[in-house]
Amino acid sequence: MSELTITALRFGFLLLLWVLIFSIVSAMRRDLMIGRKAATGAPTARQVRKNPELAEPAPAPAKQQARQLVVTEGPLKGRTVPLAASPILLGRAQEATLVLEDDYASGRHARLFPQGSRWFIEDLGSTNGTYLADQQLTRALPVDLGVPVRIGKTVIELRP
Amino acid sequence: MSHADTMPKPRRNVELLLLVLALSVSIGANALTSIDEQTSLDTDFWFQSSLLAVASLVFHVVLRLRAKYADPVILPLVVALNGLGLAMIHRLDAPGDDTGNNQLRWTVIAMAVAIAVIWFLKDHRVLRRFTYISLAVSALLLILPLVPGISAGEILGARVWIRLGPMTFQPGEVAKITLAIFFAGYLSSNRDLIMLAGRKIGPMQFPRFKDMGPMITAWLVSIGVLIFQRDLGSSVLFFGLFIVMIYVATSRISWVVIGLTLILGGGFVASKVFSHVALRVDSWLNAFTEEVFGRSPGGSGQIVEGLFGMASGGLVGTGLGQGRPNLVPFANSDMIIASFGEELGLIGLFAIVMMYLLLFTRGFRAALGTRDAFGKLLACGLSFAVALQCFVVIGGVTRLIPLTGLTTPFLAAGGSSLLANWIIVGLLLMISHTARGPVDTSPMQPGRTPEAQKPAAPAGGRQDRNATQTLPDAPTEAVKHL
Repeated sequence: MSELTITALRFGFLLLLWVLIFSIVSAMRRDLMIGRKAATGAPTARQVRKNPELAEPAPAPAKQQARQLVVTEGPLKGRTVPLAASPILLGRAQEATLVLEDDYASGRHARLFPQGSRWFIEDLGSTNGTYLADQQLTRALPVDLGVPVRIGKTVIELRP
Repeated sequence: MSHADTMPKPRRNVELLLLVLALSVSIGANALTSIDEQTSLDTDFWFQSSLLAVASLVFHVVLRLRAKYADPVILPLVVALNGLGLAMIHRLDAPGDDTGNNQLRWTVIAMAVAIAVIWFLKDHRVLRRFTYISLAVSALLLILPLVPGISAGEILGARVWIRLGPMTFQPGEVAKITLAIFFAGYLSSNRDLIMLAGRKIGPMQFPRFKDMGPMITAWLVSIGVLIFQRDLGSSVLFFGLFIVMIYVATSRISWVVIGLTLILGGGFVASKVFSHVALRVDSWLNAFTEEVFGRSPGGSGQIVEGLFGMASGGLVGTGLGQGRPNLVPFANSDMIIASFGEELGLIGLFAIVMMYLLLFTRGFRAALGTRDAFGKLLACGLSFAVALQCFVVIGGVTRLIPLTGLTTPFLAAGGSSLLANWIIVGLLLMISHTARGPVDTSPMQPGRTPEAQKPAAPAGGRQDRNATQTLPDAPTEAVKHL
């Protein structure tokens, strides 16, 4: 086999390697685009470029974030707990983040956790139940600002 | 929820297309080595190529049948890497050597095992029931090479092999999978306890000892056994896996800080106490001094010759089959990256590194997409194990870090590593199948994990309680979101 063919094959192989990689990346790129469209429902940058009317108006002012948890009723009335990014355990047990001195609360009563930009409350199988705006929790539900959450005799609220 | 808006697409045809391309890379590499050695394409070549092609296509068909929504790029990537490895090992075989054919046999066995995993497992969440069993299995696998009778004794300074009939096997490779399963199962149940309970010392929060007990035991077992087996690479791998999974589960940066401190401190102590570690570090720092180069054992000859090989390859390489990578000791296993660097050059080596990177990102994509905490942790852990292995090997060969005895996933000669990595691929494909597939909203059937039936995290209160009923070992208070 001539020197020239071998050199051509050599470079051809390197080219083939990168063709494989670029086809994989382009397959992935389409895959990621599908995910993004599905996730936000927003038009992609390319679609906006082609049809300028798709461009969204200026984004609405950001919703107020909950920054603290306030106890509005019960033995601990007036207590506030700052909210960070970690979940909060509510109950009488000593390891709870907010230890409720409330005879009607269970040891590990409920859990308040952030998901995206919202906070969710979830009952941890308590004896007397957790009520979100007078509705007993059967699953995790988002807690909006100012909505009372009742645990035993204690009522808590999220505040900005 | 995002997955309700668009119909998920299986994209199996894309996979077939990419698979054909990957096979042409593998077979092309094999053909080039034969052409450059001035031999014609013999029956051996056609047999090897068709065997690889048939095995990959069977794998593809199994995915069509059993895991329709699995990630379409994982299989082509792995087939391309494995094929490149086969071609290079075959090319490095001296006349009379059988490493190439042996590797091909192991490839077929490993693919068959991965197919069996996909066929019989159906759902990765089943593995969660084996959390503590897999801890016991990991300990057993790690201790096996020390048991007289089964042990293959000390080979190349490490006691990590066992003898199975005529073959030797490295059980530590499989232990990384079982350890990942244990960490994922344990952390997905006890994540909140580890995060919430415990005392704060300064800016860092330390968990209670009873919550961390099993994790610390697992870590001590793996590290302890590995000190006795003198296998530095696996010890780094298990420790990295441990740190990353606990970091992913708790998102506390303090774990990474503690982990890195322990690694650096442990490495310093080990380099003072163990002579083989000290030799490794010395041959890394002073690789180019004459007495270190020629020292035996523990000289830097292997690293330096590998570096010379890569240097002679330059940017575009000498061409497959035209370099002299066989001058380096262990050119087909530990130093296979240097062999590729010499014959494919920087451009080809970067293509290989890119393939690993893409494989890693696909593993993490599966972790992001899947809806159960166990699957997320398992996919993260497994793909990170592959990535860390690549870093340790390629970093060692290029003298970024001390060279340790880990295998390059899919490329290096060695059956146990190939088997373990194909099982990892099978598990990642299963997880990506549940991640990308449509949500199953049919009523619950008895005997199946209820988590499998229900969508996403926030609506989770009920499914958690169901999960605790079927999983007796899961603590009742645990909440399993990620």
